[in-house]
Amino acid sequence: MTEEMTLVPERADTLPIEGAIDYLKRKFPDAVKDDTRQGYSGIIVDPAHLVEVARTACDELGFNYLSSATAVDYLGIDDSMEMVYHAYRISGGGALVFKAQTDRNKPEIPSLIEVYPGADFQEREAYDLYGIHFPGHPNLKRILLWDGFDGHPMRKDWKEAYYEQETKPFDSRWPKGYVRRAEELNVFGKNVKYPADLDLAKLSDMSEEALYSGMGLGVDVSSFPAQADELQTDRLVVNLGPHHPSTHGVFRMVVTLEGETIVALEPVMGYLHRNHEKIGERNAWNHNMPFTDRLDYISSMSNNLGYALAVEKLLAMGARYQPPTYRAEVIRVLMVELTRIVNHYWAIGFLLNDLGAFFTPALYAIAEREKILDFFEATAGSRMMCNYMRFQGVAKDLPERIRSVASHVNDKVRDFNTMDYLTELINERIPRSVDELDRYLTDSEIIKERTIGVGYLSPDMAIAYSTSGPLLRASGVPYDVRRAEPYSIYPELDFDVCVRHNGDIYDRYLIRLDEMRESIRILKQILPRLEKTQGESVFAGNKAIYMPRVPIGEAYGRVENPKGELGYYLVSQGDPKGPQNPWRYHVRAPSFINLTPLGAMCRGQKVADVVAILGSIDIVLGETDR
Amino acid sequence: MSQLNLQQLHDTEFPVPADMQGNVAITSLSRIYNWSRRSSMWPLLFGLACCAIEMIATAASRYDLSRFGMEVMRASPRQSDLMIVSGTVTKKMLVPIVRLYNQMPEPKYVLAMGACASGGGPFKEGYNVVSGIDQYIPVDVYVPGCPPTPQALLNGLIALQKKIDGQLLTNLDDVPWYGVGPSDAVPIPVLGPDIIDPRQMELIRRQAELAAQGQPFGMRELPPAAITDVEKAKAKMKVKGSAAPAIAASGASEDVDAALAEMRNRKRQEALARKRAMMKQ
Amino acid sequence: MYGMGILKGLGVTFKHFIRTYLDDIKYAGRKYLRQENFEARQGLKADGAFTVMYPEEKIAVPERFRFVPFLVVEDPDHPERPGEDWCTSCGICAKVCPPQCIWIVRGEDPVTKRPVPQPEAFFIDIDICMNCGYCAEFCPFDAIKMDHDYELASYDRTRNHIHDKERLSKPFSYWMSIAPTTAREEAAARGGWEHPDVIKEFKKSNRTPTPVTEDWQQAKMNAAAFVEAQKAAAQAAAAAPPAAETAPTVQSAPPAAESTPSGELSPEERKRRREEALARKKAKQEKAAE
Ligand code: SF4
Ligand code: SF4
Ligand code: SF4
Repeated sequence: MTEEMTLVPERADTLPIEGAIDYLKRKFPDAVKDDTRQGYSGIIVDPAHLVEVARTACDELGFNYLSSATAVDYLGIDDSMEMVYHAYRISGGGALVFKAQTDRNKPEIPSLIEVYPGADFQEREAYDLYGIHFPGHPNLKRILLWDGFDGHPMRKDWKEAYYEQETKPFDSRWPKGYVRRAEELNVFGKNVKYPADLDLAKLSDMSEEALYSGMGLGVDVSSFPAQADELQTDRLVVNLGPHHPSTHGVFRMVVTLEGETIVALEPVMGYLHRNHEKIGERNAWNHNMPFTDRLDYISSMSNNLGYALAVEKLLAMGARYQPPTYRAEVIRVLMVELTRIVNHYWAIGFLLNDLGAFFTPALYAIAEREKILDFFEATAGSRMMCNYMRFQGVAKDLPERIRSVASHVNDKVRDFNTMDYLTELINERIPRSVDELDRYLTDSEIIKERTIGVGYLSPDMAIAYSTSGPLLRASGVPYDVRRAEPYSIYPELDFDVCVRHNGDIYDRYLIRLDEMRESIRILKQILPRLEKTQGESVFAGNKAIYMPRVPIGEAYGRVENPKGELGYYLVSQGDPKGPQNPWRYHVRAPSFINLTPLGAMCRGQKVADVVAILGSIDIVLGETDR
Repeated sequence: MSQLNLQQLHDTEFPVPADMQGNVAITSLSRIYNWSRRSSMWPLLFGLACCAIEMIATAASRYDLSRFGMEVMRASPRQSDLMIVSGTVTKKMLVPIVRLYNQMPEPKYVLAMGACASGGGPFKEGYNVVSGIDQYIPVDVYVPGCPPTPQALLNGLIALQKKIDGQLLTNLDDVPWYGVGPSDAVPIPVLGPDIIDPRQMELIRRQAELAAQGQPFGMRELPPAAITDVEKAKAKMKVKGSAAPAIAASGASEDVDAALAEMRNRKRQEALARKRAMMKQ
Repeated sequence: MYGMGILKGLGVTFKHFIRTYLDDIKYAGRKYLRQENFEARQGLKADGAFTVMYPEEKIAVPERFRFVPFLVVEDPDHPERPGEDWCTSCGICAKVCPPQCIWIVRGEDPVTKRPVPQPEAFFIDIDICMNCGYCAEFCPFDAIKMDHDYELASYDRTRNHIHDKERLSKPFSYWMSIAPTTAREEAAARGGWEHPDVIKEFKKSNRTPTPVTEDWQQAKMNAAAFVEAQKAAAQAAAAAPPAAETAPTVQSAPPAAESTPSGELSPEERKRRREEALARKKAKQEKAAE
């Protein structure tokens, strides 16, 4: 510590970002330096002092919410690996970005799990995909792939079995595009690739054993101090999933039970790991937009928006960038708020499913959802995979009429005026159905008994574990990206950040109802804006460019998705003439990070509550596993 | 092949009156049987990815699967007849899927829903994605689309019903389980350094030996000449009126296919022999 | 009172239950028979059961609906360019396709080896296609469009799931029938109902493209009138002996050049020539494919 430290104001946690960086630089003069690369921001921290710096940032400067931690492989640029952390203040404002660089050949960065428990899964992911070791991490093992997988696939020099070319577009498609299935190029006719030193004799399914060792199995109960009034039971390991009707997809939980009570829970994921990021780095910038639809496939519009915002941040560093037109912004907000309602219908319906109200509430919710999907289908062309946002605007204006023409024999056609449809949807249909859900479920004694006080998550824990969205807000933390770091036209819209304080399943259910009502409130303000901007352009510039040039730099764009904070960390290294694709494309998936406290929330609960707790987090596997 | 089996089935070594030799009775029995089977298909309650959401939407009130007798989604493979593979099959998930398939009682059907389940889909190039579930388990109907709309899925289910309707009880190629009893379990893939199909063990071993001599392991650079071969094949196929070439017969799949066919044939012969012996008693 | 909440909830369920029957009364048993009732059932006012009785009735998909793409070709009865591709094999769709499932073999002149603006082969692997619609959005010639035909279930994917040019090609009239509004908007942007390249040629030869204010069929009629006029002009100049049959010209030569050979052109003759040209084209394609 130096003498100047005394000059630091009392309330260091209200310093602006620059001040905070200054403070860190003064406190750790030889560990912290500015990131001076073109288009980059934040500080680079010496790994040896990373934990101290992070602790200072967290405790003294108030950056106690670690939004995203991810690795980047700079092979061929400066041959280092880098961990990038984005930390925020829960009171709002911009990010403190700090990075730690390590040698590519022996990557090692101290774990931040002590400071930010929310780094748990994210560090495991970096270990899995990049092979970075995190000394100090208590449970460092693969998270998305299985133990025994060959190599760390996100490294730039790792090639998949169907590898064709470093970046898209592939040369083999045009002008000599002789169609080829990728299987034909593989001797095995499958998407497989074995290491050169494959030893078939040594093959065995090792992945499961490693999983079960840490689960407190094989504990001899008889060695416990005998308690006369308690029933003695053996510990039992139960697998829920990956094929299980209540895991919302292919999620798996390994729980250790003592009787009915959970003593340990280990989430196992990766059953839907579709290599989104690897593919995303081969893709050109535009190519990724439809892929983002498939992240959180229930709310594709919001995913689109997040990606568009992140890329727009990068584009804004260039000269030819024009911000989206006002009408485009209005339509964007319209779409994402409708998506929020769609998502919460789904979440509530399936939460009730998990509670045992088999399918009736879900059916009502899906029926209402269909009405909104009809509008999406007429506007964007697809019910679920909307692919609607573009950089600097949206793909197309709203259609004048929601209209269909017969193309099959038995086709029945419809024809509605879009604005009438929207007005009725927003002013009548959705409010009515939300009220109905409320009447239907909220007071039900069964639901209350099953949910109140179950799966408690304290506010401190919620922040520490980097949870976001309804999960965070139901624990009494009023944090909403739309207010904390506003984007689009949210600043001019009038809405409240919903918050509930009990942090249990019931509150998470209630907060979804609240948020739907807030969304309706926003939508009601959107309608007159839509009317007013009728006929204006929805795209800044002439026409979407099919291969946009993106300036060098990094950007982190985040939006408040229905499930939580969705962030995209993008790095562009493209030279203006070369291939135009992201160097790094990372998705900070709310479903993934919201699962971090699952084990803690479930400990001590009954086994039947696990599915309900999971349902109340509201995950979607496309995003969890990416 | 089918003719041969038909003959074998009728060849009971009992004197059969001439007017009973035709399979009229069996055909109408087939029809009743198939009608009841196809009208009570119970799908496995099982979703993989985005397509599963559309599958749920199909089962929900607007498209209402119960009109086809399919609303009874069973969470247990033991009680279901139909597996709708709805979404991307990853290598990690493949193992449970094959297990689930093996646990389903016959007659069982598989519907590959969406581009992903049919042939890998948009994520095909990914390192953890299986390019088509049909590389591991037999698929009856493919429904293209990403995602197929509920109506497209219903169309696929109707196609499946049509297929069931066409399955004669007497044709062992269509309905192996009537003649020869339960078919073999599909070998469960192993998660090694990459997914390993036990049926390809021999091939992998051979390749490993080659690799030990310094050759590339498993990768094949088709020489430029081969490209024209594919083209020629394509041109020929076009003349025949089909749309595209089948996957170029690689040594690998030939090996596996031949071995499988041989195995199946042997099984069937054995079972027929058993059946015949039983009838004699 | 304990249990009130449950009762309230059951009330909602009960309301849902009877609504369907009320609907039946309201529609007097004709709920599934009449078009208006269908619209009411699928609209926002619907309360009771709103099941779509697929396959007996199907919801027609909206205009912007995206499924597997198809290629636009000129109508087979187009007087000037029957069955010609709109695609110029520029390759933009192949480049912009996110999962890279479009394969295009660019057309090539057999003699000069120069590229010609027509695809020799065009494949889309629908097992990869993610129905994103980028190809249609970015095609500068409006030549590739998203189809509405979702009924593609098949029993065999190896042969059915790579769509080749033959399978992909659908006439312009089909596109007009499934998406009239969009097609009109696009034509307005092009400056006429014709293909953008044709419009360019028209501008050179002082022909006016068919304006979008007219019906799209007018474009075909205009072309027919043009062919007639050419024929009349040829008849007027019939004194000259018929010129020797010219060697097959470069494909998709300007339409004006194609109708220059003078002499009697009876309808049969024209038909024969068209067939010949098509046969030539096909033969060439096959040859090139080999
Ligand atoms: S086919 Fe498309 S919608 Fe279906 S699982 Fe694959 S990516 Fe998702
Ligand atoms: S972009 Fe259009 S014109 Fe160009 S190759 Fe594709 S379909 Fe043909
Ligand atoms: S719809 Fe998308 S994925 Fe399909 S061919 Fe067109 S660009 Fe490619």
